[in-house]
Amino acid sequence: MRTVVPVIIAFLSGFIMIVAFFFNPDKTILGKIESEVLVWVTIVGGFTLLLGVVSITRVNWQAVKTKKKGWIYNFLTLLSIFVMAIPAMLPSSWSPFFGDSSGSVYDWLFNYIDAPMMGTMFAMLAFYIASAAFRAFRARNAEATLLLLTAVLVMLWRIPMGEAFLRLFSDSLPQMINNYVMNGVNLAVQRGILIGAALGAASMSLRIMLGIERTYMGKG
Amino acid sequence: MSAVEMIQIWVMAFFTLAIFSFLYKDNPVYRVAEHIFAGLSAGYYVGLIWKSVIIQQLWEPMMAGSWWLIIPGLLGALMFARFWEKISWVSRISLAFVMGNTAGIFLISQLHGLVLPQIKATMLPLGGGGGLTAALLAIIIVLGVISTLIYFYFSKEHKGALGVTAKVGIWFIMIAFGAHFGYTVMARISLLIGRVYFLWNDWLGSLAHIF
Repeated sequence: MRTVVPVIIAFLSGFIMIVAFFFNPDKTILGKIESEVLVWVTIVGGFTLLLGVVSITRVNWQAVKTKKKGWIYNFLTLLSIFVMAIPAMLPSSWSPFFGDSSGSVYDWLFNYIDAPMMGTMFAMLAFYIASAAFRAFRARNAEATLLLLTAVLVMLWRIPMGEAFLRLFSDSLPQMINNYVMNGVNLAVQRGILIGAALGAASMSLRIMLGIERTYMGKG
Repeated sequence: MSAVEMIQIWVMAFFTLAIFSFLYKDNPVYRVAEHIFAGLSAGYYVGLIWKSVIIQQLWEPMMAGSWWLIIPGLLGALMFARFWEKISWVSRISLAFVMGNTAGIFLISQLHGLVLPQIKATMLPLGGGGGLTAALLAIIIVLGVISTLIYFYFSKEHKGALGVTAKVGIWFIMIAFGAHFGYTVMARISLLIGRVYFLWNDWLGSLAHIF
């Protein structure tokens, strides 16, 4: 019961989506069912994301309650969740600070605290990538040399000063990097990886539908 | 510059510098910013899902007469059974529904929407116009795709013709990873320039209004 029912549900819901693909979404009942089920999946998926946030809240609340080392940071996380989420959930008709429109608390916190921190986090990666490259990029063998050379060429090609430098060797060098490296070799490898990953995803989907893959259910 | 704008700039500058302070070492100011960032990001998703999913796709249509939407609403609520050990298995029903549907959609979308178009775009005629460059590119792409796929094929030992093709594959992969790395570094540097420009221009510029 605890395993068989979910497996049957997974099979049926997947099977419907596959069969519905072959029918017109506007003219057939099966097509209409597909559109409706897609809305259902979005709703249940939304709840799963909320489940994640509730889980974060529980973990942090536990740390605050037991006064675990560094609990003040957990308290700050909790406070930030509530300060961001609660005004966003209240209707904007009550106050201009509620909801998610321009001028609301939610909008202000996102624009002036969350977004700048997100940008800075990613910007900081520039230092770590540079440091990792300094340690890892050694022309030890032919393959490593290829990696190093391509990375340097692309980095130069991406900036105006670097492009001007490349033009000192040949006027067509930047164009060649664009044609043969980015739209040639790079595209081919990305495509190969994409096809491989897509075939893997398709076979995994089949395993889930047939009940061979059940790890998503957890233990018990 | 108004007082509100000044506060906004100083708040942004404080959190930008707090995050950058990690470049020196882990410190309490960074941790404060990090935890606030984690909390705000989680809160951001709550706000987003609340409006775009719970209100717009569930509550409002239900109030307008689509009463059957109570079913996905209940399935979603069942997910929270995970928090009680005795009934946690009930959440598998909702999870199986999402997983099954996603698997069905994926199976079709990956094969029909990804694999077939990508193969079609790879097999281009050599004499299809565009001259020598286009023909050379077409050959590079076919070689690259096949050798990359063979490099990641581990069901047979890489020996003989398979080994040679896999070796060509790794050369292609190294060039692509180098290109990808260079591209990522430049994107990150572009973000860094943005943050430094903000600090230099907006934040330090705001000091001129104070003094």
